[in-house]
Amino acid sequence: MAASSAAASEASGRTTEDMMTLVDPLIPALRRYARTLLRDRANADDLVQDCLERVVTYWHQRRSAATARAWVFTILHNLAMSRLRQGARRGFSVPLEDVDEGALARPPDQEHGLRRQDVLRALDRLPDEQRSVLLLVSVEDLSYAETAAALDIPIGTVMSRLARAREKLLRDMEGNAAGAAPRPTLRRVK
Amino acid sequence: MSDRPITEEDLHAYVDDALDAVRRGEVEAYLAQHPDAAARVSAFAEQRQALRSALAPFAEEPVPPELDLARIIAARRRPSRSLWRSAAAAVLLFALGAAGGWFMHQPAEPAGGIAALAQEAAANYAVYAPDYMHPVELKAADSGELLRWVSERLHRPVTAPDLSPSGYRFMGGRLVATAHGPAALFLYDDDHGTRLAMLIRPMAVEGKTPMSEHAQGPLSGFAWADRGLGYSLVADASPQILHPLADEARRQIESKAAG
Repeated sequence: MAASSAAASEASGRTTEDMMTLVDPLIPALRRYARTLLRDRANADDLVQDCLERVVTYWHQRRSAATARAWVFTILHNLAMSRLRQGARRGFSVPLEDVDEGALARPPDQEHGLRRQDVLRALDRLPDEQRSVLLLVSVEDLSYAETAAALDIPIGTVMSRLARAREKLLRDMEGNAAGAAPRPTLRRVK
Repeated sequence: MSDRPITEEDLHAYVDDALDAVRRGEVEAYLAQHPDAAARVSAFAEQRQALRSALAPFAEEPVPPELDLARIIAARRRPSRSLWRSAAAAVLLFALGAAGGWFMHQPAEPAGGIAALAQEAAANYAVYAPDYMHPVELKAADSGELLRWVSERLHRPVTAPDLSPSGYRFMGGRLVATAHGPAALFLYDDDHGTRLAMLIRPMAVEGKTPMSEHAQGPLSGFAWADRGLGYSLVADASPQILHPLADEARRQIESKAAG
């Protein structure tokens, strides 16, 4: 019995080590993705917690072919989608809540901050399915194949959504820049 | 240089650095001659960068304590499900063993011999093969860890036969309890969901025994022993299907042991 629990705890020690090496560094990125989809921090962190609990429970069932990063993002995405569906039924929609700047090591400077608001607003206006593809590919560094697997769509659909998202974002941000907002008229020259 | 025309997809893949070196070179050559496309590509690249830096602050916020992974792992481990499962399996095996002893009182069979092994394999098949939540404790992906674990507990090198040429994928396995000590249980499945179980444990008696057939209700089984290790392959399938698989498993195990 003593030998058995020693062997079992040795095996679970290796598993813990694996998870700490492969999953722990992903947590900031998971929070970022959840935040961008769910729009507010409390809900996003709740979602990430749910995701991490599943990761721990099902760790042994992941396929060796998938990278840990892609596998964990798949779980997170599926959880986010089911929450969004529940939210949509209750007619729930809020704008993307921004970071608490006091909590950041270095607050963004003003010009950077304005530009950032433009990007976030434009991102907010994308259809959900385009936003997910754009974020997983451009920000979370999943490959096209991993993105296709995470979203359970063909790779051709990933490519077409990515193209549409980029075109729309480009148009929206150009629209902002060229619109009535007197944004980049005064630009400091170094 | 290939003759494949440059597509819209190539331009996006260029932005995401997802092209191989050859194709990347072709796209660069194309962009050099097509300023409109080059302007779009650089706008996309700029947008990608803007997106990354706009979202970076979300990843920089301090991580709250409820997302402490080490704590989540520790909390999940405490009421160890697998321990309960093993205990339940042991109780069931004990009951089956007692029932088996009662019903088939055959003094000719030594305790812990091939017949007992076949029964243990069938009992474990009945517990784990129908389980769609956690049929195995360590999956095929972790087979290195699985084989190290069971080899250590059985005090001899144990390998899992490869039945994939016959259409059965290795799913993984676990250490299980039998009335005659620890055993390795390996599971396999095919595309139709048919599962096979292979039970392996040291044999105190009948350590070298030719293969024989054992049926337990709807289950077929083939068991044999060699070099002090007993093997029993069980499935909810006909003996005609199972027999060649058992032969193949035995052949692989023998050639490993000899080599």
